[in-house]
Amino acid sequence: MFGLDKKDASLLLIVTALVAFAPFLLNPFPEGSAMAQFNAGYPDLMQRFVIFGIFAIGFNILFGLTGYLSFGHAAFLGVGSYAAVWMFKLLSMNVLPAIILAVIVAGIFALIIGYVSLRRSGIYFSILTLAFAQMSFALAYSVLTPITGGETGLQLALDDPRIFGSATTAEGNIPVPGFFGLEMRDSTELVLGNWVFTFSVGYYFAAIIMLLSFYLSIRIFRSPFGMMLRAVKSNQQRLNYTGLNPRPYTLAAFVISGMYAGLAGGLMASMDPLAGAERMFWTASGEVVLMTILGGVGTLIGPVLGAGLIKYMENIISKINSDILHSWFAFLPDGLEDLVVTLIYPFIGKGWHLTLGIVFMLVVIFLPGGLVQGGQKIAGLFGRKKAQEPKNATTEPAE
Amino acid sequence: MDAIILQILNGLDKGSAYALIALGLTLIFGTLGVVNFAHGALFMIGAFCAVTLSRLLSLSHKVEIPGAVDFLGNPQMRDVPYIYEIFGENLGATIIDWAVPLSILFAIPVMILIGVIMERGLIKHFYKRPHADQILVTFGLAIVLQEIIKYYYGANPIPTPAPSAFVGSFDFGALIGFDPGTIIYPYWRLVYFAFAAVIIGAVFAFLQFTTFGMVVRAGMADRETVGLLGINIDKRFTIMFGLAAAVAGLAGVMYTPINSPNYHMGMDFLVLSFVVVVVGGMGSLPGAVLAGFLLGILESFASMREVIDIIPGINQVIIYLVAIIILLTRPRGLMGRKGVMED
Amino acid sequence: MGILEVKDVNKRFGGLQALGNVNLSVAENTCHAIIGPNGAGKSTLLNCLVGKLIPDTGAVMFDGQSVLGRTPFEINQMGISRVFQTPEIFGDLTVMENMLIPCFAKRDGSFALHGIRSVTSEAELRDQAEQMLEEVNMLDKRNMHSASMSRGDKRRLEMAMCLVQNPKLLLLDEPTAGMARADTNNTIDLLKEIKEKRNITIAIIEHDMHVVFSLAERITVLAQGTPLVEDTPENIKGHPKVKEAYLGEAA
Repeated sequence: MFGLDKKDASLLLIVTALVAFAPFLLNPFPEGSAMAQFNAGYPDLMQRFVIFGIFAIGFNILFGLTGYLSFGHAAFLGVGSYAAVWMFKLLSMNVLPAIILAVIVAGIFALIIGYVSLRRSGIYFSILTLAFAQMSFALAYSVLTPITGGETGLQLALDDPRIFGSATTAEGNIPVPGFFGLEMRDSTELVLGNWVFTFSVGYYFAAIIMLLSFYLSIRIFRSPFGMMLRAVKSNQQRLNYTGLNPRPYTLAAFVISGMYAGLAGGLMASMDPLAGAERMFWTASGEVVLMTILGGVGTLIGPVLGAGLIKYMENIISKINSDILHSWFAFLPDGLEDLVVTLIYPFIGKGWHLTLGIVFMLVVIFLPGGLVQGGQKIAGLFGRKKAQEPKNATTEPAE
Repeated sequence: MDAIILQILNGLDKGSAYALIALGLTLIFGTLGVVNFAHGALFMIGAFCAVTLSRLLSLSHKVEIPGAVDFLGNPQMRDVPYIYEIFGENLGATIIDWAVPLSILFAIPVMILIGVIMERGLIKHFYKRPHADQILVTFGLAIVLQEIIKYYYGANPIPTPAPSAFVGSFDFGALIGFDPGTIIYPYWRLVYFAFAAVIIGAVFAFLQFTTFGMVVRAGMADRETVGLLGINIDKRFTIMFGLAAAVAGLAGVMYTPINSPNYHMGMDFLVLSFVVVVVGGMGSLPGAVLAGFLLGILESFASMREVIDIIPGINQVIIYLVAIIILLTRPRGLMGRKGVMED
Repeated sequence: MGILEVKDVNKRFGGLQALGNVNLSVAENTCHAIIGPNGAGKSTLLNCLVGKLIPDTGAVMFDGQSVLGRTPFEINQMGISRVFQTPEIFGDLTVMENMLIPCFAKRDGSFALHGIRSVTSEAELRDQAEQMLEEVNMLDKRNMHSASMSRGDKRRLEMAMCLVQNPKLLLLDEPTAGMARADTNNTIDLLKEIKEKRNITIAIIEHDMHVVFSLAERITVLAQGTPLVEDTPENIKGHPKVKEAYLGEAA
């Protein structure tokens, strides 16, 4: 199906189903219940899931396949955002040209940075990309203020030209981004008993693009091009002596992943039409590394899982405060309750980064394949008896 | 001329910090072969050692002020640090005033301990893993360390003044024969530079003139051979890690009066220090020091109004620009050995 | 005029003259061995042929064209394939994928985006690869993770990866180093078979005289970076200069 083999096609179908029913799946707790704060089914957060999913999928094409660890990928996301907002300012509020320009500009940017950075490998490559991204950040923050809006960020204004659309709405407000009449901000609510489900145009728009990106990444993984990229990671020397030039392959991978980042940036601006330099800061680049590693680098689904998990933690865990903790552990005797709350408190609310850092370290140390590897291990534990026999048959003695 | 000297002086304190951090990074990279993204966090922890000590010294209890009553008729209270009671008011006040330099004594054992724990507990297990894994795990560690500091000390910068004797500036220009008022330089920055020079000298002397240092230098050049000679190189490398941590920590302690410490200062310095190491040459100690000062001074020159007017924004990017040019044209850096991590 | 012509090649490393005035001519469709004691410059010479090193002076012509200044992948595209002393394969990939990569390189050149068609849809290349695996008796291992194979299998895979490209010249760098006697004999048989079946020129660097004398039609003896003699195996055996080079002045 769609040129995929059975396993990949079913993976794509599962992801499609999950994404399509996300507004239900992420809202399992009824409104007003104590657990309602764990609901993630609101448009803003769901949009971030899929957009950062795109970002991580793209990053994985570079890092997962070629093994080149870029520490500056957020620069492309930031550039994409700026490009999209400029389209909203100059052309119209239609998201299509904005996203297309975001992808193109990020691609050109990636071509330049990649061309230079890929002349080195290993840690030098990481430091070069980091240096370029920090440079872009510093410039966007200071000298390029006329283009980037500097510290305040780039925002829409009432007096923007918008030559193919109206500068203002009938009520005199700044118009909102839309897709041929569908406004990204629109949503409908479905009330079922105590449950409220929100279906937003913006989310489904971003979700469809995410599914397309995911599909494309599967095709890239399975293509000869993807195989070459894995060969780059495995043994560049052999590749060279086999008549293949590794550099254009890695550069192509770099540009593709930069364009994915630009796409994510353009979508981000489409959901909320503003762009700031902080999106390019190196911690933002670190975040996408975390997502990819956490989910499972080099796997198809890993980066999407990682992106979802980190954004969920960021939004949900960081909202838990000590009052909520106290109400959870109210069943314990007072002294014990305080103790438990004191022990957990550093890891929640503002401390969610601490939890993130610890989880990340544990993953790198014990589970280099990320959550996907963890899942496989667990599945292996349960299915061991069945799998044992064929496993022995395929294991050949080494040397 | 005076403007040039002023910029060189201005670059010295930042350059000193870069050089000290880069020195530690290089020691760790050269001996253990580990790329330590948590090194900036050690600098930051050092700075918070100073914060902690000055808070400890100022711990107070309330004492009634004899004869004074507030408007409700209750006796008025004042805070008296415990240290006044131990050393008397005058000496006590001096000790509190000198909290930052005193923190050096406090920070050395703390930093060595943290360094050794880090190496034995975590880094040791990553010697044979790829550099990407080392970067990732130390990056995770850096996040954890800075979040712990943030939890206990809050997110805001904490002003930590220098001893009052060193507060203020002096007219450096007048000393060397320029018109008065042309080169005004804060005392503490000069102290910082002198301190950095002493530390750097001490590290080099240690490596040059002790048997321990000789073995470590040999290990940096060829780890396997030294291991084959039956010398327990691992144990020494653990100590080296502790030493590098202490160097970063001391750089942080003394930097507090220049920049009020906050939890993310380590990360800010780390990115630049990596650039410094790369420019100096991966694994070259003199290179790290040289590049640290050079880039610090270069940065301060790029911040001159005259320069910014010609190339706007150059002060923001100069260090990265230099790094990119160096990496592309001379990948081994200014003083790196040929063939060491060149590609 | 041979297919490979090395003329007056010099290479210095600092104060060490690694190669001094090396002249070598490898005739088409022959097996030419280069032997010599350790440090004789055999590997340096090989690296000059494949673009890893550039000689200080001299010329290296392959098939009428100079290889100097070209990168290893360009030289491979000209028709030279190299087998390394320790097998260099794509350890993270399966045996079949290892075989497909040289097939793609042969068909599409040093870089191509190949579209996003799945690797599995390339029936023609897969046939090619399977045939070659059959020839080296590895077809049953095609779905194995190549890093988990024995060293002997890795070596055979590497050889197959080179041969599937139908190179004009196959360079072998001690192909039997560290092998057991039986494996060495298998390798000799395999190379003989290949030599008979295909029009291929082989240049081989080898320590094992058993291998050299079973395969080579011409032998060049290298000592201290300079060729001592070049002759047929029969004449090399017992040549006084060769003995001297191997056993030192005392002999």
